Amino acid sequence: MSRSTPTGMSRRHFMSHLTGASAMTMPALAMGNTLLANADDLKRRRKSAILLWMGGGPSTMDIWDLKPGAPTGGPFRPIATSGDAQISEHMPLMAKQMHNMAIIRSMSTREADHGRGRYYMHTGYVPNPNIEHPSYGAVLSHQLNHQRPELEIPPFVTVGGGSVGPGFLGMAWAPFSVNSNGQVRNLQMGLEDQRLYQRMYALDLIESGFINQRRGSAASDHQKILKKTLNLMTSSQMDSFKVASEPEDVKERYGNTNFGRGCLMARRLVEQGVPFIEVGLGGWDNHNNIHATLRDTKLPELDQAMSALTEDLEQRGLLEDTAIIWMGEFSRTPRINGNAGRDHWARSWSVVVGGGGMNGGIAVGETNSDGTRVETEPYTSQDVMASVCKALGISLQTTFTSQNGRPMKIANSGKVIKELFS
Amino acid sequence: MILSKQIGFVGMKRQLRTFAVLGLLAQMLSIPGHIEAQTEASDYGIQEVAEINRLIRQGWSDYEIRPSTAAPDGEWVRRLYLDILGRVPSVDELREFTKDRSPEKRKALVTKLLYDEEYTEQYANNWTTIWTNVLIGRSGGTERDSLINRPGMQKYLRDSLARNKYYNEMVLELVTATGSNTPGTENFNGAVNFMTMKLEEKAAQATAKTSRIFLGLQVQCTQCHNHPFNEWKQQKFWEMNAFFRQTRALRRFETGTRNVSHVELVNESFQGEGLTKNPDKADIYYELRNGITKVAYPVFVDGQTINPSGYVEDVVRRNELGKLMMESRYLDKMLANRMWAHFMGYGFTKPIDDMGPHNPATHPELLDYLGQQIRKKNFDLKQLISWIALSESYALSSRSNSSNESLDDPLLGETPKFSRFYMRQMRAEELYESLITATRALEGRGSYEEQEKLKSRWLGQFVVAFGNDEGEETTSFNGTIPQALMLFNGDLVKKATSSEKGSFLSDLASSELNNTQKINHLFEAAFARKPSMNEVKVANQLLLARKGDLTAALQDIWWAVLNSNEFILNH
Repeated sequence: MSRSTPTGMSRRHFMSHLTGASAMTMPALAMGNTLLANADDLKRRRKSAILLWMGGGPSTMDIWDLKPGAPTGGPFRPIATSGDAQISEHMPLMAKQMHNMAIIRSMSTREADHGRGRYYMHTGYVPNPNIEHPSYGAVLSHQLNHQRPELEIPPFVTVGGGSVGPGFLGMAWAPFSVNSNGQVRNLQMGLEDQRLYQRMYALDLIESGFINQRRGSAASDHQKILKKTLNLMTSSQMDSFKVASEPEDVKERYGNTNFGRGCLMARRLVEQGVPFIEVGLGGWDNHNNIHATLRDTKLPELDQAMSALTEDLEQRGLLEDTAIIWMGEFSRTPRINGNAGRDHWARSWSVVVGGGGMNGGIAVGETNSDGTRVETEPYTSQDVMASVCKALGISLQTTFTSQNGRPMKIANSGKVIKELFS
Repeated sequence: MILSKQIGFVGMKRQLRTFAVLGLLAQMLSIPGHIEAQTEASDYGIQEVAEINRLIRQGWSDYEIRPSTAAPDGEWVRRLYLDILGRVPSVDELREFTKDRSPEKRKALVTKLLYDEEYTEQYANNWTTIWTNVLIGRSGGTERDSLINRPGMQKYLRDSLARNKYYNEMVLELVTATGSNTPGTENFNGAVNFMTMKLEEKAAQATAKTSRIFLGLQVQCTQCHNHPFNEWKQQKFWEMNAFFRQTRALRRFETGTRNVSHVELVNESFQGEGLTKNPDKADIYYELRNGITKVAYPVFVDGQTINPSGYVEDVVRRNELGKLMMESRYLDKMLANRMWAHFMGYGFTKPIDDMGPHNPATHPELLDYLGQQIRKKNFDLKQLISWIALSESYALSSRSNSSNESLDDPLLGETPKFSRFYMRQMRAEELYESLITATRALEGRGSYEEQEKLKSRWLGQFVVAFGNDEGEETTSFNGTIPQALMLFNGDLVKKATSSEKGSFLSDLASSELNNTQKINHLFEAAFARKPSMNEVKVANQLLLARKGDLTAALQDIWWAVLNSNEFILNH
């Protein structure tokens, strides 16, 4: 037959064929990419971010901004930390790491529904039926990916949680979702390489034929995902998901919990060069019996894993280039309800950030004596995102163009929180 | 090295060349079918179809859009099977339809899928899956100690849908149900499973989900405060909530043990929440943001009140709610919007279950009309399905033209104008059933319950929970890497592409068909079309690479076909 017979095609040749065929500009297609020669230099400068996502909306006045003595302050006492700010007595390990972290205590937002709040805190935009905004993970990995040409695995990984998708940036920037044991399903085809590539060749032909029929972006997005999938299947970098291979004492330090393993995986992925990792910890929607739940389960799990992650990153010299963001979709009412719980509350609450060169050991802003109001300049999701961008060296002038041609500034024109950088 | 092997298979090559030519010929022969599909849209003598076409066309002329051409038979029949039965058509079903030359054949097929006994079970199973996911989510009842019995929910839906129970009757039953949640126990009534897990925290979820799913009213935010964007006030949430406060989900134990046998949903007299209990006027209380406490009694969203007594002997509040819902125009509009979105890919509002003045519909007149008509027809789901499935919009190609490419792409932020078919991913369940139809991957699967168990285990890998009390969840079966990996390497696809004796591919390989027919069969099974010239060519190349091992080559082609965008997308 013709010379285009797939028989005997090399992997390199095969991949370049695919790349040429679809005229796409996807940095993640990094196989053999040596365009950016000085890899060591890049490695030194490369920035990452870890989002610790607290699904359900944690009560920050029981964790980071206590109101002892206030009628609705709850039973928890504040303790001193290695920084200037006090935190809950049930976060003793984090107390030793607070010199690395800043508490933003004057968060004031408007979305107190789970879905809307999750969207807003992940994107900096309120939901809009006509457009899907890209989440933090999609935006930051999109911006930082060029720093790691050698990366073969997805640049946006989410562990044990739902996250929010890539919106108008396209499925190529969708989160790669894994569970905390790091076992990625269906990785092995059990087929010799050559036959796999021949199959891929046939597949690419069918895909391209369909794409050329003007049926819209869903068809071409699919092809991009196929390429990412093939990259991942054949990459030794997948080992970075294997938390089980860590030494026992390290695993113990992070805690034998899903969140602990997720945080440990996050550190391994940062080391591998993944620019954005989201680790989810759910169970904060405490409408009932909140304080016993926090004291006995949620806070110990959080405290151990978050402190181990912070300390580990610091000890390995990674914290300087890795921003940590701790937040949920909103917080909980200062008032304690009839079921000894707290309901949804977005008007005055806290987010915690650290690393990436941001100032640690401080509390930014404050709430009033019973936590129902912010007393200082209020901050929003956009402001947190703008600050994280600054920490990661991403210009706030960066503008995306949504698919309908509307320009969208990164972080939705949020302002940098000055205290984090002075 | 390769060359020498090629020389060894000269005979094979010759045979393949013939086969390529035959493939071309077959393509040319299929052309008349395409031309026929381009003719003007018919309303099949159905008044509702004509009205849908008229109102949709009006939108096109308002926006000066030229609609896409009509989809060829194969594409139309594929989407119809997917949307009505939840699977792609088999090759036999496809061919029976395409060779039919009668002008009313599309109407005949819709009627057949909806009313022919042969399809009753598949119809009921597909819509049971859809409604189960709406009512209790993909994970409802899959956790240990759950108050939901998933098989119980499914049994209720299956029985109802197989008999084509009117939709309003189903809603009434779901909202007012009492009895046991588990099949085989006393007083079994599977409908209770909609509500058994939604009664915690003063039945907040029962309130929110009932309003949202059946009336398209999103009241969940107003539990704690007045809604910032729509007209619903906090008072409304609690007035709606008051209808659910006689309802209890009770665990029943096996006699003499602490093992839960089932959960029973009951109505019990409600004393009210006030300090002085006054069941004749059973009140509930809620708190405003400023700390002021307010009282609420059952009042429907339109302001109608009922007897405020908490005694079930006086009034069963959920029964009253059910009656009020039956009369609400939101009930029929929500149904029309949901079914339209199911077939068209987008509803008249986004999200479909958030209706009201704050979120205007794209085609308000059509939405209103469809709601009114389906109410006139006693909420007969199958009639509504027929109207939509036979509409001009549903029969349009998913290919865009220069006039609607950017003006009618909801992915670009445009409101849907339905001037073309919007492509969407198959749902995970549709992929599963399609693979089974195409390959008999799980032949001899056992009873419905056993099949459901297998399927739900497989589906479990794609369910991601958000970790809040509202049981929100999402799916990783959304066109991302985990899904691609599953299709590349997962067990289900391994089975579907197996070459073992007795498998689909080994039977196909050893069948009487010639090679052309074999390749055609694979493309028709997956895409409802014949292969292109280039596709035939690559099939030949693969046969060569497999050194003439036909089964192995078919395996490679089949794998590529199943992994393609054209297969996973409903187009």
